Amino acid sequence: MFLTNAIKRDAVPGRSLALGTTLTLLTLCVIIPLAAVAATAAGMSGPALERALLSPRALAAFRLTFGASLLAAAVDVVAGTLVAWILVSFRFAGRTVLDAVVDIPFALPTAVTGIAFATLYGPNGPLGAVLLAHGIHVAYTPAGVALALTFVGFPFVVRSVGPVLAAMPREFDEAAASLGATPFGRLVSITLPLLAPAMLAGFALALARALGEYGSVVFISGNMPLRTEIVPLLIMTRLQEFDDSGAAAIAVVLLLASFLLLLGIAAIERRLIVSRVRA
Amino acid sequence: MIAEARPGAVGKPGVSGDASAARAGAASRLPATGVPARGWHAVAIVAGAAFTFALIVVPLLLVFYEAFAGGGSAIARAFGDAYAQSAIVLSLEVAAVTVVFTTLFGLLAGWTLAMYRFPGKAILQSVIDVPLSVSPVVAGLAILLCVSERSPFGAWLLTHGIRVAFAPPGIALATIFVTFPYVSRAFSAYLRERGRELEEAAFVLGASLWQTLWRVTLPDARRALAGGILLTNARALGEFGAVSVISGHIRGLTNTIPLHIENLYNEDSFAEAFALAAGLATLTIALTALRALIDSRVAAARRE
Repeated sequence: MFLTNAIKRDAVPGRSLALGTTLTLLTLCVIIPLAAVAATAAGMSGPALERALLSPRALAAFRLTFGASLLAAAVDVVAGTLVAWILVSFRFAGRTVLDAVVDIPFALPTAVTGIAFATLYGPNGPLGAVLLAHGIHVAYTPAGVALALTFVGFPFVVRSVGPVLAAMPREFDEAAASLGATPFGRLVSITLPLLAPAMLAGFALALARALGEYGSVVFISGNMPLRTEIVPLLIMTRLQEFDDSGAAAIAVVLLLASFLLLLGIAAIERRLIVSRVRA
Repeated sequence: MIAEARPGAVGKPGVSGDASAARAGAASRLPATGVPARGWHAVAIVAGAAFTFALIVVPLLLVFYEAFAGGGSAIARAFGDAYAQSAIVLSLEVAAVTVVFTTLFGLLAGWTLAMYRFPGKAILQSVIDVPLSVSPVVAGLAILLCVSERSPFGAWLLTHGIRVAFAPPGIALATIFVTFPYVSRAFSAYLRERGRELEEAAFVLGASLWQTLWRVTLPDARRALAGGILLTNARALGEFGAVSVISGHIRGLTNTIPLHIENLYNEDSFAEAFALAAGLATLTIALTALRALIDSRVAAARRE
């Protein structure tokens, strides 16, 4: 009795030292820098804040970043769920290759992605020229921004949905099939509802990544104020104008958006875990 | 086994709620089962594969095509250029400093999270993971606001002759911020999964803290640690947004490889830009693939 208590309490020494050093480093490297952003924005007067966040240029940037990110995450959910489903469900030639290719957007430096998309879809690029001949402008338009964001968000959906799909109970599907449900009916009324939380988590992860993305987008977007200027680039521009507080105010909006998304993802994951435990 | 089948974004309770598992490129393990495709399944497979090919493979192929389209002389020019070489050296230096620091912090934080009971542990874990969900540009801004000459600390450093913003130390700080949680996550997730019995036994038998760390924990967790370190390395070499804010883009002094690629591209030196891009992409993809390989080894060892 005495011994077990001793083990429970003191088995691994050094708690204060380890915890104290961890907290110190975390404060210096992460908390203080982020607090500096918040403090810089909080020190602004009302009119200055309004100028920073509600000027036509800022509003246009927010509209583009949020719009293109939502569109990209939506495309990722559809295509990513499809790819996760075929990876999990079937054996076919090239399955392991496809599985590895899905992770390339994680591995590729964003600047490399950026110049590749800008060249590929540029007016003189192999795909851009063809599309342009059909009147479709991709480079230097919001469509180009959404395209690059689709690339960076894609693996998040596949890696969120795939494992859930692989662990999904087959009983409901088989029962429905034995009762005469069509494959399409089973997909709509059984598989997709069971998969919805994982798809939502993948959507939120792709969205969170897209909102802050910089390198993959700046080359293809053309960076025209009011038209193709994304929020992270506007932060960069404000800094080059020595407008630290303007940059910080915009940064706080981005930070809040990604924290809200994180809270949402955490809630979805708790639900997933609960449903898994019940199953 | 269920947890095994669920790598990726859908994490375990203690490590949920962040983009990291997925962002960390969790190695997927395909189920051994799966039916041979036929009929309309084949249509779905072709559609999914075609989308992935067009979205991911085509841009990647373009990078290598453009790199070699300029011929050997362009590649030699790209890598032989003095500015390119100084960018490569700076990137390697920053990556080295970042890996050392992130690894030391990761060891400390991972150990703390796995070995001790204390209130607010879940909050600590979440705060460590915050950099994963911060935009790189915001990360760079956060560091810049602390160390620029317009900040009290930055001004004080400057009066002592230490330049941080628009200099290599600032680049290293920004890179450390964005890679901060990688080693800690890999290390603490591994330790928590396997429990702390080994360490408790070592201490009960009279081992010191250092002996336990060096002889028990590190040898046991080396693969998980290697995975986190490889990821840190890949991310540090490729970081663009955060570094872009704080570097000042001074050629030969504060340009890293990605920043130099940007400069070359913007002045229409496409062949050189893509040659460097192809080299950098090869390096980061190799590091990421190596990590996936090690991860699958860890998973296989755990199954046994």
